[in-house]
Amino acid sequence: MAETNILPSGHTRIDHLEMLGISKRFPGVLANDQVDFSVTSGEVHALLGENGAGKTTLMKVLYGMYHPDEGRILLNDQEVSIQSPTDAINNGIGMIHQHFMLVKSLTVAENVALGSKSSREPLTDLHKVSQRIIDLGNIYGLEIDPNAYIWQLSVGQQQRVEIIKALYRGAALLILDEPTAVLTPQEVDEFFVIIREMAKDGHALIFISHKLHEVIDISDRVSVLRDGRKVGTYLTADATKGDLARWMVGRDVEFRPEIEVVERGEARLKIKGISCRSDLGTPGLRDVDLEAYSGEILGIAGVSGNGQRELAEVITGLRDATSGRIELDGEDISDLPPIARTDKLLAYIPEERMKDGMIKDFTIAENLILREYHKRPFSKRGMLNLKAIERHSEKLISNFQIKTPSQDTLAKSLSGGNIQKVVVARELSRQPRVIIAAQPTRGLDVGATEYVRERLLEERKSGTAVVLISEDLDEILALADRIAVIYEGQIMGVVQREDATPEKIGLLMAGVKEGAE
Amino acid sequence: MISDLFSMTVLVGILASGIRLATPYLYASIGETFSQRSGVLNLGVEGQMLLGAFAAFYVALTTENLWFGVLAAIVVGGLMGLAMAFVTINLHAEQGISGIGFYLFGLGLSDLLFQKMLGTVETVKGFPKVHIPVLSDIPVVGEIFFRQNVLVYIALALVPLAWFVLNKTTLGLKIRAVGENPEAADSLGVSVARIRYFTVVLGGIMSGVAGASLSIALLNVFQQNLTSGLGFIAVALVYFGAWRPWGVLAGALLFSLINSLQLWVQVLGIPIPSDIAVMMPYILTILVLVLTVSRVRPPSALTKSFERGD
Repeated sequence: MAETNILPSGHTRIDHLEMLGISKRFPGVLANDQVDFSVTSGEVHALLGENGAGKTTLMKVLYGMYHPDEGRILLNDQEVSIQSPTDAINNGIGMIHQHFMLVKSLTVAENVALGSKSSREPLTDLHKVSQRIIDLGNIYGLEIDPNAYIWQLSVGQQQRVEIIKALYRGAALLILDEPTAVLTPQEVDEFFVIIREMAKDGHALIFISHKLHEVIDISDRVSVLRDGRKVGTYLTADATKGDLARWMVGRDVEFRPEIEVVERGEARLKIKGISCRSDLGTPGLRDVDLEAYSGEILGIAGVSGNGQRELAEVITGLRDATSGRIELDGEDISDLPPIARTDKLLAYIPEERMKDGMIKDFTIAENLILREYHKRPFSKRGMLNLKAIERHSEKLISNFQIKTPSQDTLAKSLSGGNIQKVVVARELSRQPRVIIAAQPTRGLDVGATEYVRERLLEERKSGTAVVLISEDLDEILALADRIAVIYEGQIMGVVQREDATPEKIGLLMAGVKEGAE
Repeated sequence: MISDLFSMTVLVGILASGIRLATPYLYASIGETFSQRSGVLNLGVEGQMLLGAFAAFYVALTTENLWFGVLAAIVVGGLMGLAMAFVTINLHAEQGISGIGFYLFGLGLSDLLFQKMLGTVETVKGFPKVHIPVLSDIPVVGEIFFRQNVLVYIALALVPLAWFVLNKTTLGLKIRAVGENPEAADSLGVSVARIRYFTVVLGGIMSGVAGASLSIALLNVFQQNLTSGLGFIAVALVYFGAWRPWGVLAGALLFSLINSLQLWVQVLGIPIPSDIAVMMPYILTILVLVLTVSRVRPPSALTKSFERGD
């Protein structure tokens, strides 16, 4: 490290940034409670915590998007007031958001130029901006075509644009909010190389994550948040994965659920040559062949937006296939409407649980009979049997440990984990033959995640065929007996559990087929 | 009889009046293009036009100065735009519904003012045709393009100007970004509210001038519901033109030429029922909209109000 406080990008270094006693209240929630946090030049400081622990809130305070109710921010020992993202940017702070803040219909250069002063106001100076993008790309190993439109870029490339955007604005400190969530394992490796390089050059980096192995991989120090409070700040080298998990969750956590050996049975779901269109009218699935067997979990791995949603919707009948055939226990269900497939005991845990999984303004009891309301005992001759519905929901609330004041509570007032339990209870209580579970643990806390996974494993044991569609590769590797990798609507390959490594799956996820199989 | 349509004089007449009839659409649609590119659907264009038309007419009549009339339309349209901006940007009102509210407000108020302040239909001497030296003497072309009133020339000049502002300036970049992804723009320090205030007020001003171009340049009268749906067509033309100034120009010209054609059909007494002739431009609009709508994508944040989480 050179003894100068100028970064390769030409901007001034931030030697030390400190947040002291930050509190932030939202209606009904104390998102940050007296949190202290600091980061120094040349350091990768991880901020670890579960969903809802207050990591993003704390960082949005630093970036001027939220105004704290209490607390101070010191930059190089000087107190600073950060009222807006503009203030943050002017102080050399940049943030890469979890959901990229890019305008898809604009080019890379336009996205980078947006909001910063042009050298020939009121006209844009895109040529100059493009040159600077190329220069920054060369310095930091972030090559990108400035004239490409964002929609043409892969997710990994879009992330580079986000980093360049921050560097262009003179960021000496970068906040990275769950930056790896959307990347393939290979892209994560490349990304970490860049992060390390930036730290070596004197940047200060804050890495928000809930993935323990990534925190251990990349960070120098780690601060753990739980329920809005800071548990502590530790040297990463001194912490084990078990320590981190315990600090994060507040108790011991099992990493890989014990998977019992279950004899694989008959094929229950057969998909042959299925193709369909995406919402945009482009090919959504291309000639997909899959089989899911009794007593197994078939994992569908892939980077977001490669046909996972289309696959779930075609199987459940919510989207029309343009060709192909779907069989449930040997019976052709290709032409059946969704309700008939449901009646044949095809269960579906949809990706968007609040939107597709339930009716927010219905009660728990009503949500629990959405699949069967038209059948006995829940209704007779078009009249609902309220007594039967009540008994049913009482039973499910206790069997599935749904935490709710009563069965008449509106679904929307439950926590995310309990909402998912309602969906899971409704779908699994019908003793389904096949379960399509799309992102069943996304956004859930560790407890609810464990619960859902255990339930899926129980279903597997009882002879159900489970199709687990997940963008979380760790989840797939932990649960699936076989892993099918989907890329641009095609199945790139099916890998047995024993042969599955993150590297192998990662290549398939990126659309790379190794040799002939 | 039909063959009368194809004489040179008639064709030139159709084209010249087609361009003239396109003026109010051009003003209103270009203004609306700016609002929509920034994510605000202003359905109140018709109401803004009516008030602009009345203000321009009344001021021109009383001061006998047409430019004061235009200025009045700018002020009134701008105020209407300001009100629309406040309701949709600060109060987060649903854009479509509040737009309809502003339409009805403009319709009612312009009629009330007309009844109270004028009482009867009067006429003003509107903007005269300006013959551009040399160019207006070119046969055919000169007659079609260069013997129009000054508001027509300004409207046509606004098309490339609007294109330039949207595509070549930092302001245009901000407008496009705010209409596509306001969160992204906000995270880069672009004030979404300021940009939208600008475009919605600009849209109001342009609608006001569109009204003025009707009442003191094209028809030279004011009466109840003078615009009769023209403002809504202007909104449709923005979709037709795929949110691009040149596309809007093409739409406005196509629509006005058909309109001009049907007027000439009636003038020449060609035996097509006039009701059907009058319908032609509207039917065409619907057809073209249906045929083009799937091809182009509106700004992603159109009609979505923006609020930063805090």
